[in-house]
This record gives sequence, structure tokens and C-alpha cells, in this order.
Amino acid sequence: MRPGKPFEGETDIDDRYGDLDSRTDSDIPEIPPSSDRTPEILKRALSGLSSRWKNWWIRGILTLTMISLFFLIIYMGSFMLMLLVLSIQVKCFHEIITIGYRVYRSYDLPWFRTLSWYFLLCVNYFFYGETVADYFATFVQREEQLQFLIRYHRFISFALYLAGFCMFVLSLVKKHYRLQFYMFAWTHVTLLITVTQSHLVIQNLFEGMIWFLVPISSVICNDITAYLFGFFFGRTPLIKGCRVCFTLLPIHPLKRPFLGSAVLSFISSFTKLSLSPKKTWEGFIGGFFSTVVFGFIAAYVLSKYQYFVCPVEYRSDVNSFVTECEPSELFQLQSYSLPPFLKAVLRRETVSLYPFQIHSIALSTFASLIGPFGGFFASGFKRAFKIKDFANTIPGHGGIMDRFDCQYLMATFVHVYITSFIRGPNPSKLLQQLLVLQPEQQLNIYKTLKTHLIEKGILQPSLKV
Amino acid sequence: MRSSGAFKIDTDNTFQALELESEAKVDGETASDSESRVDTASLPPSADDTPEVLNRALSNLSSRWKNWWVRGILTLAMIAFFFIIIYLGPMVLMMIVMCVQIKCFHEIITIGYNVYHSYDLPWFRTLSWYFLLCVNYFFYGETVTDYFFTLVQREEPLRILSKYHRFISFTLYLTGFCMFVLSLVKKHYRLQFYMFGWTHVTLLIVVTQSHLVIHNLFEGMIWFIVPISCVICNDIMAYMFGFFFGRTPLIKLSPKKTWEGFIGGCFATVVFGLLLSYVMSGYRCFVCPVEYNNDTNSFTVDCEPSDLFRLQEYNIPGVIQSVIGWKTVRMYPFQIHSIALSTFASLIGPFGGFFASGFKRAFKIKDFANTIPGHGGIMDRFDCQYLMATFVNVYIASFIRGPNPSKLVQQFLTLRPDQQLHIFNTLKSHLIDKGMLTAAPEDE
Repeated sequence: MRPGKPFEGETDIDDRYGDLDSRTDSDIPEIPPSSDRTPEILKRALSGLSSRWKNWWIRGILTLTMISLFFLIIYMGSFMLMLLVLSIQVKCFHEIITIGYRVYRSYDLPWFRTLSWYFLLCVNYFFYGETVADYFATFVQREEQLQFLIRYHRFISFALYLAGFCMFVLSLVKKHYRLQFYMFAWTHVTLLITVTQSHLVIQNLFEGMIWFLVPISSVICNDITAYLFGFFFGRTPLIKGCRVCFTLLPIHPLKRPFLGSAVLSFISSFTKLSLSPKKTWEGFIGGFFSTVVFGFIAAYVLSKYQYFVCPVEYRSDVNSFVTECEPSELFQLQSYSLPPFLKAVLRRETVSLYPFQIHSIALSTFASLIGPFGGFFASGFKRAFKIKDFANTIPGHGGIMDRFDCQYLMATFVHVYITSFIRGPNPSKLLQQLLVLQPEQQLNIYKTLKTHLIEKGILQPSLKV
Repeated sequence: MRSSGAFKIDTDNTFQALELESEAKVDGETASDSESRVDTASLPPSADDTPEVLNRALSNLSSRWKNWWVRGILTLAMIAFFFIIIYLGPMVLMMIVMCVQIKCFHEIITIGYNVYHSYDLPWFRTLSWYFLLCVNYFFYGETVTDYFFTLVQREEPLRILSKYHRFISFTLYLTGFCMFVLSLVKKHYRLQFYMFGWTHVTLLIVVTQSHLVIHNLFEGMIWFIVPISCVICNDIMAYMFGFFFGRTPLIKLSPKKTWEGFIGGCFATVVFGLLLSYVMSGYRCFVCPVEYNNDTNSFTVDCEPSDLFRLQEYNIPGVIQSVIGWKTVRMYPFQIHSIALSTFASLIGPFGGFFASGFKRAFKIKDFANTIPGHGGIMDRFDCQYLMATFVNVYIASFIRGPNPSKLVQQFLTLRPDQQLHIFNTLKSHLIDKGMLTAAPEDE
């Protein structure tokens, strides 16, 4: 529960890079516990309780605070949400980079802090430029300088990145090559993780706030309910359950084919896994069912409001974001006929649901089954680098990254899900690309489109073409 | 003379020995072949890998010239190989790019294994290759869908694969990610995370570059050949100029590079680029975008050359007019672009080389691998190309052409009818504004 400072007790010399790399984990000493950062006011209020319950209360209060903050920002609108996502991204980046500095004790490397932040700026500029250009097309067309920036956006972003790359090469210092390369790679992997995810989140948000709210709430719900189920009913750790299943596998030892033995060796290595010993099968399964139910209900509640359901658009006349539209079919009640066994249970013939609720089942299932792998990944990372928490920001919970580690995969999944199953490409982006083409190409496309639309009956053929 | 893949992690002394040696090099000698240096104390001298034939033929020359000859012969062999592949056509080029990519990935990953002594980590070799497969599948799927649109629409399984392509690629990647998490072993967490990070950075470098190269190739073979030749020419010219005239060292990272070589290489590359683009712009097979012809089921390069590849008259500025004595000159507009490409190749390309040199020094290796005698690994030859491919792709996207028209049509066809109508009407009004269309009041 307490974040720690790593590597207090290490005695290896800077130049012994080989030892730094090939040491096994057991050689690295444990982190000494650091001071308690809970605010004074909470401490006084809870001074009478025993330490286990006190911890529980602190976590509970902070959880409620975070959830209310979340609601408040939703109320304030999509622009504030975008800003919030951006600040979280910057904070996560900062946390992971700080861990890297401590791991490599490279805080004094020349230029490196500047370069890391510079790369963050470049990549953000590139991504925001791509998104902004799409969604603010009308706004952008008016301003001349913005036109120039949009047209040559990729070139400008590439030039900025290249400047950073050349500065990195020029900043290589004789005795610190390896450290500098490590920090370079660390920065890039962190950018890959945090920045791409945050931009996918923003693209989901622009699709409609419901695509932002339901996945995030499903992951949070899964966290909380898995914890609660595990707390009250938890008995079988995840590992032991696997071992039990493994022994039940009906494969005769002498007849195992090659693939079978590979699978078995894999499962046996899994049984040695000891990440997250406090996670249990009861928590996992209980969390799964509760999350699906929660997602179903949340989708039902949110689908009614245009505010959540409509794509976010920028209206140039009012110079702000608006969410007003005709809700698409996904968000209109439809009757579904129940399969026979449910008919008997509920004694109804049909039920009216939003089609989105079916999708929400898929999202919640992913959140409860695969989302935890993001959590295991972060746990493994913390064990690898011998830290308790990513940072110290939220008392009782650790750093921002601790809260968002399970969200990591969720955002990408939702984005891929939307592009594959829900809708095609963005119309305004397509229009923008069309307008950039050469006139002859535009004419060709116009003719192709016209024939297509006439065939489909969307356009009435005219007498004079 | 050059190190093989087996090397030890060095201690303090060797690091310093390597540095001291490079100082001596800068002081006393001109830009000579780094391979002819005596090996440092820690790296065991490996066997000479030059083929027997060459060894016998050059046995009576001194070791410095022998090395020069070996490098020279291999350079010519590689250039000849390059010409043969160009002759064989775009499909073979694509396959060669793919093989080079796999070999580069293999070389860098092997270095990672050696650095971390992690060859025995459970599953890691499998997972690295699996991630390579996933990312390649994703990128190739995107390219194939664009360029082979009609072929894909005809075959039913291909159509489904392309419609849900992103979802399938994501699922494949996710499986690899979950396998990685499940494969974490108690005492080796850090090593496993290092190898995971190493794999991903390598994928980012190697695979994205190779796909940008293929995009450039599909734009027209000239966009593939001219940049690569400029980088190769810059390498060779800078080496020659440095060899004959080199005196002032350029950067501590690569002690054999000199300012004379750098500047001489820059000018020589620009001139070479101009000449090469002049020669190539005349031929359709280089200039036309590669298209897949459904009827003949093969790649064709046949088209009406665009404005870029038609001779135009340019007025020579006054300063050069007095020197050359001509008023105007006939050039292809592409040659102007080739100046930009050659300048990039000679000024910024070497930074890719410095990056690779820094990497080799950081991990105490002489060469990435041992594949080409006299030259090292494939990655050694392609390190400067690294930035060039991205630059050419960004250059094309920003200055030459916009998005791919057929891709836009495809995307259009997937929209909803009301969105299609809206776009169609906007396009129509835009074209009418431009005067390309006459307003027809009967159209709805």
C-alpha cells in the first residue's frame, strides 16, 4: 500500500552494466517502507479504528472521491473530459519515466529529462493534429495558418521528431552509452503504451460519450466487485485452481503428442506463477458476473440520453462542442424475442432492449476476462523493479498508473470493436481527404460515386448529366 | 578479424580500452577500415569468415589491402544483386524487403538475448517471433486491402478477413500479450520485461520502416530506388573522400568519419541523385505506380506518366547562367525533389549510422552479426536507410500526392446512405465552385 523508493541498498558500481542486466531478481534488495502520506484530517477521523479497517476506510473514501470527481467532469462536458484524459496521460508518463530514472539512476544524464518530455510533446502533437484536423474541419478551413499546419502536418511532426532523434545522437556521452540507450527505449515504450491508449480513448469519446463511460465503468466495477467478492468469499487462489484443473486433464502421459507436452509444460510454468496472490477464483467469477450485469444496466440507463449517445461535434457557429443528433439504431429500443428457457423464467414473450446493450455484454466480458491481464502485467512490472506502487499520488491507492493499468487494454479493444463492428470511417475525415485530391481525381471519384448512388437508388438519375 | 555473435559482458577496463583505442585512431590515422583494428582485450578474436575462394585469390596481398578488396568485391556483389532484383520486378522486391526485415529483427533480438543471457527464458523466443508475425500480418493486411481491393472483394474468405482485419490482428496480439503475462517466472521478471521491451522497440524500428519502404515502392519504383541508391552512394562517397582526403574527425561516436568525407559525400550524392533521376525518369516501368491487374493476375507498371516525370523548361538563375552559358535547361520536376532526397540522405542519414554505432558501443559489439564478410550483418548495411524510408514516405504524403483515391472510394462505400449523400453533395458543390462541373439543376 505504501509506495517505495527502490534501490536504497544497492552497492553495484555504475560501470558494471553487465551485472545490472543479468542479475536475477533475488539479488536486488527489497525496498524500505517509506513514510505514510495519508492526509492528517483522515488520520484523525479514523484514529480509533484498527489498522486493517482504517486502511479499508481510506481506500473506500478515496474511491468515492474519485468516482464523484468522475461524475463531475462528465457533467462538465466532453472538452473537460479531453483535458482530463490528457492530464492523466501526462501524469502516467511522468510516473513511468521516473521509475526508469530510478532503475538506471540516470537522473543526471545530460539532456535526458528534456528529451523525454520533448518526445512526449512531439508524439502528442502528431496525434492531436490528426484528431483535431478530422473533427474541427470547418473551424480549420477558416484560419489560414491552421490550413498550412494541417496540410503539412505529417512533415512537421516528422521534422520535430527527427530533431529530437538527432539531439539524442549528439548527446551520447562516452561512459553512458548503454544507460542512454536504455532510457531512449524506455521512453519510447512508455510513449507507445500511454500516448496511443489515451488517443484511442479520445477517439472513442468523440464517437459518443457512452463509448467512453461504459468501458471505463465496467473496468472499475470489475476491480471493485472482484475485490469485494474476494474479500468476503475468497478461498481458492487463481494458481491453485489452475493446478487442480491441470490434474483433471485426461491425457495419458505416455501418449502425449508433441503439442500436448508443449501445452503441459506451459501450464506447469503457469502454476509456478505467483503474481497477485490475493486474487482468487471466487473474486474473478463473481466480478465477471457482476460486471456483465452492471454493464447491461448502465447501458440501459445511458442509452436514453442524447447527451451520451451522440457523436461529439464541433459547431463553428456556437464555437463549442455539441452532442445533438438523431440517435442511431443502436440506441433505439427494439423488441427481441426471448429464447425459450428465458421465456419460461421471465414469463414474457419479448423484451425491449437497446441493441447497444448486446454490445455492452461484449465490452463487459472483455473488461472482466482480459482486463485483469493488464493488471497482472503491471503487477509483474512492479515486482520486476521491486516497487510497491507506481507513485504516491493517491493515498491508499498509489499512483495514477495503478488505477489505470487495467484500462490499458480496454481502450484499444473498444476502438478496434467500434471500427470493426459498429461504424466505418469518419465521414468528415473522408470529405477532407477528398477535397485535398487533384481536380481530375475528384472528378473521377465524383463520377464513380454518382453511378454507385444511382444504382443503390439513393440518388435519382437526372435527364441531363 | 571481426567479432562473432559470442561475446562477453565487459567490465570497466575493457570499456576504457575501447575508448583509448579509438582516441589513438583519430590522432594518427586517416579514415581506414575499422575492421583492421586489433581486437580489444576482452573480445575473443573469431575465425575469419571470408569465403575460401577470396582468401586464396588475395593471399599474397598485405592485410590492409586484402580487407579493402574483400569489402570492395562484396560491395559490387551486393550492388549487382540489387540490379538483378530490380529487373525481376516489384513482387520479388517486396519479398526481398520482407526477408531483410526478418533478418534485421533476428540480428537485433539475438543481441538482446546475448546481452541478457536470456536464451533460456521460457517461451521468449517463441513470443518474439509470434509478435513479429502479428505485426507483419497487421501491416500486410492493411497494404493488401488497399492495393488488391478488387481481388479481395471477389474471394469470400479474404473479404471477411479484410472486413474484420483490425479485430483479428488485435486478437492475435492480445493472445501474445496474455501468453507473455502467463509466462512470467518468479526469479526472472526483470529479464522478461527487458526482453518484452526490447522486442517491441525492435518491432517499432524494423517492421514499420520496412512497410514504409513497401508503400514507397508501390508509389513507383523510382521512389524506392533513388533514395536507397542515394544512401548507398553517400556511404561509399563519404568513405572514399575520407580515405583520400580525410583529416578532421566528425563525431566521437564514429572515429573514422571525417568532415571532408561528410561534405564531399554530400555534394557527390546530390550530383549522383540528379543524374540517376534523369536517367530513370525516362522509363515507365520505374515511374508508374505499381498496380495489380485483375485480368492478368499480376503486377503491372503501365500508365501515363504524371507531371513530375515530364520534361519541363526551367530558367537558370543568373549566377549559374554565366557559368554554364545556357539560358534554360530541360529537367524533370522529379529531379528537384531528388535534390531534397539526396540532401536528406547525406545530412540526416548518417545520424542513423551514428545511432547504430552508439548502440554497438553501448553493447560492446563490433558488428550486428556476421552475415556479410567484410561488412558485418544486414543491419550494418541498412542502418542509414532507417530514417530515409520514413522521410520519403512523409515527403510523398505531404508534397507529392494526397491520399489514395481508390482507398477513399472503398471507405465511401462503407458509409451509411445519408452520409454518402451528404459527402456527394458537398463534393458536387466543391467541383462546381472550381468550375470542373457545370451546375445541372435537375440533379438532386
